[in-house]
Amino acid sequence: VLNRRCVEAAVMTGLALNCSINKKSLFDRKHYFYADLPAGYQITQQRVPIAVNGSLSYSLCIDNKMSQMVTKTVRIKQIQLEQDSGKSLHDDTRNQTLVDLNRAGVGLMEVVMEPDMCCGEEAAAAVRELQLILQTLGSSQAVMAEGQLRVDANVSVHHPGEPYGVRTEVKNINSIRFLAKAVDYEIQRQIEELENGGTILNETRAFDSKLGCTVPMRDKEGKQDYRFMPEPNLPPLILYDAKSLPANMNHQQVINIDWIHERLPDLPSVKREKLVEQYGILPEHSFTLLNEDGLAEFFESVVKQTQMKPKKVIGWILKDLLSYLKQHSLTVKESPVSSSLLADLLNLLEKKEISSTAAKQVLAELWTGEGKTPLEIVKEQKLELLQDQKELEQICQAVIDGQENEVIMMVPG
Amino acid sequence: QKVSVEVLDHLECLALVDFRDSEGVERLQKAIQFADQLHEVNTDGVEPMDSVLEDRWCLYLREDDVTEGNCTKELLENAREKVEEYFVAPPGNIPLPKLEERDTFLQGS
Repeated sequence: VLNRRCVEAAVMTGLALNCSINKKSLFDRKHYFYADLPAGYQITQQRVPIAVNGSLSYSLCIDNKMSQMVTKTVRIKQIQLEQDSGKSLHDDTRNQTLVDLNRAGVGLMEVVMEPDMCCGEEAAAAVRELQLILQTLGSSQAVMAEGQLRVDANVSVHHPGEPYGVRTEVKNINSIRFLAKAVDYEIQRQIEELENGGTILNETRAFDSKLGCTVPMRDKEGKQDYRFMPEPNLPPLILYDAKSLPANMNHQQVINIDWIHERLPDLPSVKREKLVEQYGILPEHSFTLLNEDGLAEFFESVVKQTQMKPKKVIGWILKDLLSYLKQHSLTVKESPVSSSLLADLLNLLEKKEISSTAAKQVLAELWTGEGKTPLEIVKEQKLELLQDQKELEQICQAVIDGQENEVIMMVPG
Repeated sequence: QKVSVEVLDHLECLALVDFRDSEGVERLQKAIQFADQLHEVNTDGVEPMDSVLEDRWCLYLREDDVTEGNCTKELLENAREKVEEYFVAPPGNIPLPKLEERDTFLQGS
């Protein structure tokens, strides 16, 4: 029986990726033997998948400079619903495979992209954007390390103008960083192989993260014949829209594409545009804000609680806060400095009660998380800017008097 | 049209079925002939049918509610070998040996 939530997630994802949603899609059986597929077949959508012909836009920094970003697009061939298999753990020392069947039979979405990307960096950026979209939609938490998002990379090389070369499929990629490495390694490997007069086999390879290379996967028995056939237990999946909504059907059994479309949340690209427009920050800032879980919300919270202009606040968020969190491997949620504490500090700075150097000092103290407020720290360490002109003059004079020999130049006032 | 040895060998590898003897192959031939009668019907311009129930058979969408589970012990009872809560399997598929190396009646054909 098909889970309704799977269908909703697939429709949402299809809409978010600009796909055409097939109002009628079909299920098929794909037959092959493997220890993690106890039924001997996997239910998938080979003939007519639920969504087709979409696109995913993503951004890249040119030359590693965040200030120069370029937008690229990768076409989405299709999204299909299918069953997951179990998880295999290979125990080479004991010459056996351990199989965990907990996830066998659970529904998943496969997103198939066209070969529009040309290097590891592009693949990584595209997948990162897909990850953010899936998380925003709630379709998936898309954490690669936990297998919630899995990526198989298909790589081939060819001379410009010539047809695409033979492709290999690279599996066992467990993070976005490794995805870039695996793709780049495989491109290099294929180029070297061809330049040495060799040929590329249409094979499946595994990425070895320790060695940073791809190796042929054992037991891929040549070209597989999956003997696809219609799944006899699942009739066609029919989706409706506002126009075609049936009058007398139990609404729990009805999925309305338009209803889902109206309720799509703002996608990352839209959120970034809004941040730039609303707060006057730079596009590359909006990328960093959305790249860290919770950072955009933190930024907006601080902006609400302070008189300091967002354009100035962003510097404190991206430079001071973020670098501290990175240094200590903390997430935004784990930050010992809350948005209100930071806002209080920035207010002191904005009202010119402290200097920016003093502010950094206070921030350093706030990181210790002892619970003191910025004002308390300022008073304790006597960091207040002196407003009294006479007192300032007295101090300056004392310094000058004490350092007569060192005084070379003095600027009046 | 008889089914070729190559196809029979391919089927034995794919489905791990054993035709065993000429009677088994004959049965397959008859089944194919029987099914081939479908070709006598002209289906030009006709949408393939998914079920005789046609529009009355709607795909049932189940709510995302957990209604069963926590039966690890019973599920693992079937395992010949286990390690902690994992089923133990050989390191990979052991494909059927090639036709020349198999003890099968197909060799003689």
